[in-house]
Amino acid sequence: MRTVDLVIIGGGSAGLSAAVGARKQGVEDILVLERSPYLGGILRQCIHNGFGVHKYKEDLTGVEFAKRIADEARALNITCMCETFALSISPEKVVTAMNPSSGLFTIQARAIILAMGCRERSRGALMIPGSRCAGVITAGTAQRYLNLEGYLPGKRIVILGSGDIGLIMARQFTVEGAKVERVVEIMPYSSGLARNISQCIEDFDIPISYSSTVTQIKGHGRVSSVVVSKVDEKRRPIPGTEFEIPCDTLLISAGLIPENELSKSAGIELSPVTKGAVVDDYLMTSLPGVFSCGNVLHVHDLVDHVSAEGTQAGANAARYLRGEVETSETVPVESGFGVNGAVPQKVRRAGTGKVDFMFRPRDKFPACRICVDVDGVCAATYHRPVLTPGEMCSFSVDRSVLAKAKEKIAVRVEV
Amino acid sequence: MEKQLVCINCPMGCRLIVSMEGDKVCSVAGNVCKRGEEYARQEAVEPLRVLTSLMRIEGREKPFSVKTSAPIPKRLMFDCVNEIFAHRAVAPIHVGDVILANVCGTGCDVISTQEVL
Repeated sequence: MRTVDLVIIGGGSAGLSAAVGARKQGVEDILVLERSPYLGGILRQCIHNGFGVHKYKEDLTGVEFAKRIADEARALNITCMCETFALSISPEKVVTAMNPSSGLFTIQARAIILAMGCRERSRGALMIPGSRCAGVITAGTAQRYLNLEGYLPGKRIVILGSGDIGLIMARQFTVEGAKVERVVEIMPYSSGLARNISQCIEDFDIPISYSSTVTQIKGHGRVSSVVVSKVDEKRRPIPGTEFEIPCDTLLISAGLIPENELSKSAGIELSPVTKGAVVDDYLMTSLPGVFSCGNVLHVHDLVDHVSAEGTQAGANAARYLRGEVETSETVPVESGFGVNGAVPQKVRRAGTGKVDFMFRPRDKFPACRICVDVDGVCAATYHRPVLTPGEMCSFSVDRSVLAKAKEKIAVRVEV
Repeated sequence: MEKQLVCINCPMGCRLIVSMEGDKVCSVAGNVCKRGEEYARQEAVEPLRVLTSLMRIEGREKPFSVKTSAPIPKRLMFDCVNEIFAHRAVAPIHVGDVILANVCGTGCDVISTQEVL
């Protein structure tokens, strides 16, 4: 069996950034496994702009960002195997994979970085009743049909969910000549960025219904209409509020879920909140030498943050391979008031430097403070002019503050 | 006359109130930072947007992605879209190649964001 120092699963922005990060820290023997024929991951189908403002200080399209990051990896001669599907990872860090040229093969890795990204919540997961006709697709699938294959998948569109992908697709469908009949959002507010509400919905006078959901899909062979109902505060449809919208396509943009089947095969501990691996402040999972970064760890808003996390995971994998990362004692991190899924979920007592935290606010909090409690006593605070569920919050804490923790660290919002 | 806008620069989402006299901005209120005022002064008079779209390639099945080299007036967006749809590019195409110069007289070019060999 072939042995490789660092195997990276996934050649998207997280995986390529991790590869670049590890190579710059001196790791020679790197292998990136990518299941599609191309590097760049989901960015290849994101033709809209707004990428790279932090990393490159430029407003790039997703396609341009993907090319830059793939070019960086190529310039550093990083070996990438495309059209290669990783089937499983064993607790001994043996990766089983296959591709058309080599068939089925195994690799013994000394370290692994998980960078598989995420996938979309589908109709099945939402359990929408009605006809099983064609024309019900996720927003990301529609984006792929349109931007990579060159097909407009519908002419009259209803979009369920007002996350950023749904909003972006509402604009693009309009630009490419389709009619977006309505965006339907179950919450009383959009989880998308304010910029996207303004420039994708209001710019084109697209109607948007809040506190509403699709309660029936009608059509024989192809969608002919959907039924929309108002929902109460517990998100239950209110009888008598139904109205029907004729359409030929229902796009579903109802959230993203980290794709962790491989992590499960390795027996890695997962968080029920983030749906990603439980990691320490080195982004190392419960299996020593296996790291996780990007949308497979927790769903990010910006590729710039995915890329930064990938670079960090790569650098940490390099330290692990040099024997500089010991399996030392950790303290658990709890998510307190207003905080959803703080990452990392545990922090090492030993070490120096800063520890970066990220979490998703549970609600909109104007003018608030983030408090870090060490064993129940507030040890550090960070002021924020505003926190919203649509934008991940990040902050860095000096490890000296955290090293004193005996039992637990808690992150909470104070209004 | 007053125009109401929501600032898109950051998650604060300040509600901006722009006082106008004809086509001129007199004052901006509701913003907490300078970026809000700059945004309001432009947005109230001539909203600008970067346009991204797809263009066909002569003799090829799949399209490639393009953008305007700078933000263009929002009111010209669909005119530019029509120009992009009517045009057939010729491969090879590189990132940054000018495909349509000075599109619709905006002073901006339509440039490729994708490599097609």
